[in-house]
This record gives sequence, C-alpha cells and structure tokens, in this order.
Amino acid sequence: MTDLATYNFAYLDEQTKRMIRRAILKAIAIPGYQVPFASREMPMPYGWGTGGVQVTASIIGPEDVLKVIDQGADDTTNAVSIRAFFQKVANVAVTTHTKDATIIQTRHRIPEQKLAEGQILVYQVPIPEPLRFLEPRETETRKMHALEEYGLMHVKLYEDIAHNGRISKTYAYPVKVAGRYVMDPSPTPKFDNPKMHLSEALQLFGAGREKRIYAVPPYTEVVSLDFEDYPFEIQKFEQPCALCGAEGVYLDEVVLDDKGGRMFVCSDTDHCEERREHGHAGAMLAPSKEAAE
Amino acid sequence: MSIKPQAFSGGFGEPVFESQSMFRLLMDGMARPGTIRTVSSDVGQPEPLGGAAGAIALTLCDHETPVWLSAGLAKSSVGEWIVFHTGAPVTREKAEARFAFVEAGATLASFGLFAAGTQEYPDRSTTLMIEVAALDEGQQLTLTGPGIQDATTTRVRGLPDVFPRLWAENRALFPRGIDVILTAGRTLLCLPRTTKIAVQ
Repeated sequence: MTDLATYNFAYLDEQTKRMIRRAILKAIAIPGYQVPFASREMPMPYGWGTGGVQVTASIIGPEDVLKVIDQGADDTTNAVSIRAFFQKVANVAVTTHTKDATIIQTRHRIPEQKLAEGQILVYQVPIPEPLRFLEPRETETRKMHALEEYGLMHVKLYEDIAHNGRISKTYAYPVKVAGRYVMDPSPTPKFDNPKMHLSEALQLFGAGREKRIYAVPPYTEVVSLDFEDYPFEIQKFEQPCALCGAEGVYLDEVVLDDKGGRMFVCSDTDHCEERREHGHAGAMLAPSKEAAE
Repeated sequence: MSIKPQAFSGGFGEPVFESQSMFRLLMDGMARPGTIRTVSSDVGQPEPLGGAAGAIALTLCDHETPVWLSAGLAKSSVGEWIVFHTGAPVTREKAEARFAFVEAGATLASFGLFAAGTQEYPDRSTTLMIEVAALDEGQQLTLTGPGIQDATTTRVRGLPDVFPRLWAENRALFPRGIDVILTAGRTLLCLPRTTKIAVQ
C-alpha cells in the first residue's frame, strides 16, 4: 500500500460536482430545457460518454449500484470501460441486472424491463440540440426554443413524408416534453420513445462535448412529434429474438456469414439472458449442456 | 467588525459523502415535488437558519453563487457562516442571487426582484429557500405537474398567505421563474417552477 494521493471520490473535484449538481436541479425544474454547464476534460475522449460520466460522477454515492449499457449490451467496450472506471474511482457495486441497479448509464438504449420508482437513467448524448441539423447557429436555436418556435421541425418531418411517404427518422426521434420543449432523446431507436413517457424513473441527459445537461422528471409527458394522418409508430420486427424468443423487444441484426446468413437477437443483453435463464428459447439457441447429454 | 464564533461552527463532518447524500435528497425531492425529505446531517448552522436550509447551503453554494439573505438572517451570523463554509459571496441584490434564504415568518412581498432567468436561459434563476413552521401538518396543498403522478397532497404550516398568489404569478412566467424549497428544521419540500398548487 502506498501513500500516494488518490482521486477524489468519483473522480471529479467537489467544486465541479457542485456546478453539475446545480445544473441538474435546474434541468429537472425545466423539463427538456438544455442547461449549459462547464464540462470537464475526462480521462476518455469526447464521444465516449463524457457527459453521461460527469452526470453519473456527480450523483453517485457509495450505496449506489451501477449498471452501464452500450446499445443495450452490458459487455461492449464502452459499457465495460465506464463500469470499470466507476469501480476504480468510486468503488461502487456494479450489476448487469436492470432491476438491481439504482443508476443506469446508457448509450443509446432504454432497458426493456420497465424502470421503477427510485431508479435513475443517465443518457450519454452526442448532439443535444434537436434543431441543430436544421439550424446550425446556437443563437438561433436558442431563440427558437425561447419562442417555442418548432415549425422547422414539423417542416422537416413533413418533407420526410413528401419524399419517402413516411417519417423516415428512426433514431433520435424528436419529442416534446411536458408540452413545452422539443428535446432530442439522444440516438435511442424511436422504439424506445414510448418508454420515456410517464416513466417512473428520473431521466438525466449529459452531453460532454456540447456542454449541456437536461432532464425528464418522473411521470412527465414525453410525446413523439407526428401528424394526425401520419401518427408516430415504432419499429416492428417480423421474427422474435433468435436466442430467447422474445417478441415486442428491440432486435439487433447480426450477420453470420458471407452467404446472407443472419440472425436477429435482443439488443438488451440482460433481458435476453434473463429470459433464457427462465427457460425461454429462440429458434437459433444452442441446446444447453444438460439437454445435449 | 468582529466575526461571531458561531460563523465557524458546524459544517459537514464528511463533506464529500454528506454533500452527495444531501444532493441526492434534493434531486429526488426536486424530481418528485411535494414529497417531504428529512436531512440526516447536523450541520451546526447558526440561528435562525434551519438545519435543512443550512445543509442546502453547504451542498450547493460556492464562490460562483451569490447568496441573498432575508433581513432576519442578514443581521445574524448566518451570512458569515455561509461565507466561511462555502466561500459564496453574500449579496444585497436579489437579482444577483443564485440562492436566497428566508427565515420563518418573514414578510414575502414579491418574487419579482429575484432572478427569473431569461426566455433564452431560464436556468439563470434564483432558488429560494423559505423556512416555514412545519411540514406535514397545517394547510393542505394539492400539487400537480411533472414529477407527480396525477396529483399529490401535502401539508404546510406557516406558509405566508401571499404565497399561492405569488406562486401563480411565478408559474405564469414559465419557462422563466424561480424554484422554491420549503424548509422546516431538518425537513424540506421542493417546488420546482413547473408545479401547480391548489390550496384547500
């Protein structure tokens, strides 16, 4: 054991945490509004979830149980490294089970299992401004939010219909929060948008490079933008998960060979594993050892 | 002018962990308006500041956040206590204040002079801590809004009579407006600007 100085609990210094905590409280008080904050350099590059990491670092305590997912999976690089980061700098318990976690940091998915009262979902956000690709100037987008002027977004959705016959946006699908602010739900598939509506969990969003924090309190209306004659629809999958047989969940396509072989499996690995443990089996699940013997 | 010894009393024993748990209490309270939370730490704040209000100051205030104090607090050693423990400057300008503390029974004339933020930056607004006689007893309030499933009721004793009217005016400014935390001793109740209040 050396006497070398260690990092402060959860890596960030206390003044930074206070600054982020103040931003989080204002974000909760103004649902969907992007609060600017003084994002710090983190020991990982921008684009690796530095916003989500700073939010998690500012809220996490020794009693928390942390789950980190990347596109629904607990075992991909981003999830593994962020989980290891918090084990190292905050010495917190970690889990892959959605129901056991108090804080779930996510990159681009919402777990299939319904979140409960008291859980906190922290999103990693690359581009927090839903209007950014329509209007590059921050001064203008800020004014549009101030005036609740979202006509441009509806024009974009309308042009989608005019060109493609449907709203072609499949991820980062814009939502209106508590009837006021149009918000980017981060690049989650639109499949997950209905889960944000009246969620029992607190949802916090952190964008590190863009230096914004925003939030959706529990039991808050989150409505996906649409038109009366072109209502919002989520993706539907023709077949169930190839491993656990789940229907009505978000599936990833996995290419198996160069002859057109493919399978569709749950993007939420924890959900899929739990179903298989309970005896559910999909068409391509290898027989278990006991069954084979 | 000498500084009173109370200014140096108290503070968090374990600043990192106590401010974290205090913040979580505040965050959960802000996310679920109307729920009453009890602060576990004793921060040894000077009278007439309440325990919850003292813990909020230690958790959120620093050199970046000017603090405004009501008359009763301003003439006590509370200002010196906040300066000593947090480094936050005490201001007499309501509009400059990021946090404002009001002692129990103080007259509330208007929220108008506190910072309400701008339409572009509604987050640049004051958070106001109002000490009341007690929470969970007294006048019944029905609350609705984000963070509340359907509606919730709570009770507050000692809420200034003008508060419902001031709050309705504050609500009308949305997204601008101040956020309020009602404190009573070690208990607190958050009222973000989105919460609608009906008095029974």
